Amino acid sequence: MAILSEEQSMLREAARGWVDVRSPITAFRKMRDSGNRLHFDTDSWKEQAALGWAGVIIPEAYGGSDFGFLSMGLVLEELGRTLVASPLLASGLVAASAITLGGDEAQKQEWLPAIAEGTAIATLAFEEGAAHVPEKVATTASGTQVGFKISGKKHFVVEGLAADVFIVSARVPDGSDTDQAIELFLVRGDAPGLTRQELKTMDSRGYASLEFHDVEGQRLGSGGNGWSILATTLDRARAGLAAEMLGSATQAFYLTMDYLKTRVQFDSLIGSFQALQHRAARMFMELELARSAVEAALQAVENGASDMPELVSLAKAKVGETLQLVTNEMIQMHGGIGMTDEHDAGLFLKRARVCEAMYGNQSYHRNRYADILGY
Amino acid sequence: MEHVGAADLSDFREEVGRWISDNFPVSLKNMANPMSREAMAFPTEDQEIWRKAMGAKGWGTPTWPTAYGAAGLTRDHARVIQQELLRAGAYNPIGGMGVMMFGPTLLEYGTAAQKAQHLPPIVRGDFQWCQGFSEPGAGSDLVSLQTRADDKGDHFLVNGQKTWTSGAQWAEWCFCLVRTNPHDKYNGISLVLFPMSTPGVEARPIKLINGNSSFCELFLTDVKVSKDQLVGSLNGGWAIAKRLLQHERTALAGSTTTAVEAYSLRELARKYVGTDAGGRIANPDLRARIVANEMEGRIFKQTALRATAEAKEGGDVSALSSMMKNANTRQMQQRTELAIEILGHQGIGWEGDSFSETELTVVRDFLYGKAPSIYGGSQEVQYNIISKRILGLPS
Ligand SMILES: Cc1cc2nc3c(=O)[nH]c(=O)nc-3n(C[C@H](O)[C@H](O)[C@H](O)COP(=O)(O)OP(=O)(O)OC[C@H]3O[C@@H](n4cnc5c(N)ncnc54)[C@H](O)[C@@H]3O)c2cc1C
Ligand SMILES: Cc1cc2nc3c(=O)[nH]c(=O)nc-3n(C[C@H](O)[C@H](O)[C@H](O)COP(=O)(O)OP(=O)(O)OC[C@H]3O[C@@H](n4cnc5c(N)ncnc54)[C@H](O)[C@@H]3O)c2cc1C
Repeated sequence: MAILSEEQSMLREAARGWVDVRSPITAFRKMRDSGNRLHFDTDSWKEQAALGWAGVIIPEAYGGSDFGFLSMGLVLEELGRTLVASPLLASGLVAASAITLGGDEAQKQEWLPAIAEGTAIATLAFEEGAAHVPEKVATTASGTQVGFKISGKKHFVVEGLAADVFIVSARVPDGSDTDQAIELFLVRGDAPGLTRQELKTMDSRGYASLEFHDVEGQRLGSGGNGWSILATTLDRARAGLAAEMLGSATQAFYLTMDYLKTRVQFDSLIGSFQALQHRAARMFMELELARSAVEAALQAVENGASDMPELVSLAKAKVGETLQLVTNEMIQMHGGIGMTDEHDAGLFLKRARVCEAMYGNQSYHRNRYADILGY
Repeated sequence: MEHVGAADLSDFREEVGRWISDNFPVSLKNMANPMSREAMAFPTEDQEIWRKAMGAKGWGTPTWPTAYGAAGLTRDHARVIQQELLRAGAYNPIGGMGVMMFGPTLLEYGTAAQKAQHLPPIVRGDFQWCQGFSEPGAGSDLVSLQTRADDKGDHFLVNGQKTWTSGAQWAEWCFCLVRTNPHDKYNGISLVLFPMSTPGVEARPIKLINGNSSFCELFLTDVKVSKDQLVGSLNGGWAIAKRLLQHERTALAGSTTTAVEAYSLRELARKYVGTDAGGRIANPDLRARIVANEMEGRIFKQTALRATAEAKEGGDVSALSSMMKNANTRQMQQRTELAIEILGHQGIGWEGDSFSETELTVVRDFLYGKAPSIYGGSQEVQYNIISKRILGLPS
């Protein structure tokens, strides 16, 4: 565990306590089975917002606490432990980052305090296809007298069902097909011409596909740097998600260790079999390595370090690999019971694979790391 | 652990930088650390100059007490020395088992007289030590060792056989585990010290798969060991040995974070495999595997930094040494496999003019690279330690 300030330690303890008492994994299961249309519990979200989590990275001038990304990472890691279904990542980290980085004063005033309070949910709409290629944007924005009209489709929009406002990547017409022609736009959830379609995914969380037909949008900021804001926002998103994934992996691992210490076969605790012990020890090793990479990535985001992109890719790739290993082993080491819906192992496995696909998978990030460093 | 101001450190960094440029022989610049035992046994003149300079300064063992000629510095200062050495293309010439494991153990368990006798020559790099632990019948299961030391009043008489004793043919002294009570497995072991020149000590070199003979069979026949060379209490050697092995693991786990790498996989690949039109390593499969390995290497270094930072805050990180050793070994072994693969037909050479020095180094490194998952507690033994002591899995 990184060296924490007193404030950070308190924040982590508060998050851990809240998760254990208010949102154990049974809460996720209950939400999943309730037919909840948003795919998160709004009362639970209000409690999280009341604890100040939605404003952790938002400047104080806009109603946040400006505690920083390491702090946000600590909270997300705790939420990951019990698979809390929460808009915190999408709204409080990703969308809040984009608006803080790119918005003009009026836009910040309008949205950041509401995001920090949890009364508005904002999200980034940028994916368009099966693969994560954020610079491949077919959605267009054409300038009019009063603003911009957005047309196109966005895929896999996290919390796309609940969002009050979308931050949408689109190409402005005068430009080429280079990254320079990409800008970000604020689009209200109730804007005419916008339709959302629920995406039912294996992790039972809230995602939507969006269709825009000449939908009114407001350019984020004064333009000209949309791609660089999107790129930085995505790196922050990846670091935050990596923290959540680390929490899930750690918890999946310790739940499995508990099982090895209770399940008896062949008149022995199965944890006494060396075939399982060595795999457990290897998982412990991968988790420690992954933790170092995730903490370094969050630190780089916090410091705005010039090597942030490569450190973020390092972390997302490593934690992805580790979470994949641990969730597979969680099922395997539980035997038949792990295959049942009644057991939590499957919940971890399913969430793991969705996180893997989000914001670039292992292969994407290894390749990106290689490109950045010139291999 | 005392904390040091950044200003202090930057002054110190300047001092170290200056001292290195005044004392480090340019002929040795950017040479991979010649810390293999064989190289240390037959040093060049400049290597001797450098060893003596660092030894006299005490910077080879920066954190050990000044009473023994060492520098008595903080870990932060030690890190500065290490960084400045790297920056200057220099290496720390004070090393070996005396520094890695015996010295730290003696500091903890030795008598005042033992420390005064043995530590200064280690600090100066005058004496090399060898580790007489393993026996033909006691490898991973070290506690089964049989070499015995009989009490003869004013001395012990040691008889038995050790094996795989690294550097025994060149070492001045040996720290040796012996059985002093045959009826008590764990509480019947003692740690004794003797000069390798003692009559009855015979080291026979064994050839390794890489062609070197860096370790020996060690035959001990009626070796007289003075009683003041018993470390700790009689029959209390097992606890000391475990502590010493922990120092060994930690040192081995950290070894590649400080070493100057003899070659870069990326540069080797550019040279031997070539690049595509976009300047990428031409073979995408190889490129992907090289990058994955280098990413693991970087994460290992991040983990070493994290462990250091946490240790400074008083966390117990000794438990992590097993995990660190296995992670380091895995990454290093994959790296050496990749290196011979990159070299293709130039990566299968053994000796002769058809192969460059770097090519032969790659091959020999690959071969010797199989050893670290065996010595210092094998990979499997480390996994046992993790699963039992850290994870609490049942026996
Ligand atoms: C989809 C499905 C269909 C099935 N259909 C049938 C069926 O039709 N009829 C039927 O009778 N059964 C059926 N089974 C049950 C199946 O045979 C058992 O799940 C299997 O024998 C494992 O037993 P277990 O689930 O109790 O796991 P456990 O035996 O408790 O094993 C848990 C973990 O411990 C490991 N382990 C156990 N012993 C050792 C050891 N000595 N050394 C090392 N590791 C060990 C296992 O490999 C596993 O990873 C089915 C199971 C599944 C998943
Ligand atoms: C290059 C080199 C230098 C060395 N230098 C020294 C030295 O200076 N001084 C010294 O005293 N020794 C030294 N050694 C010896 C080293 O410590 C031993 O080789 C090591 O302890 C393993 O013992 P062994 O070789 O007898 O193998 P064994 O213990 O016989 O092991 C054989 C295999 O069985 C596995 N195994 C053993 N026990 C278990 C278990 N409980 N669970 C699962 N798997 C197990 C091992 O992991 C290994 O794969 C050196 C070894 C090498 C290779």
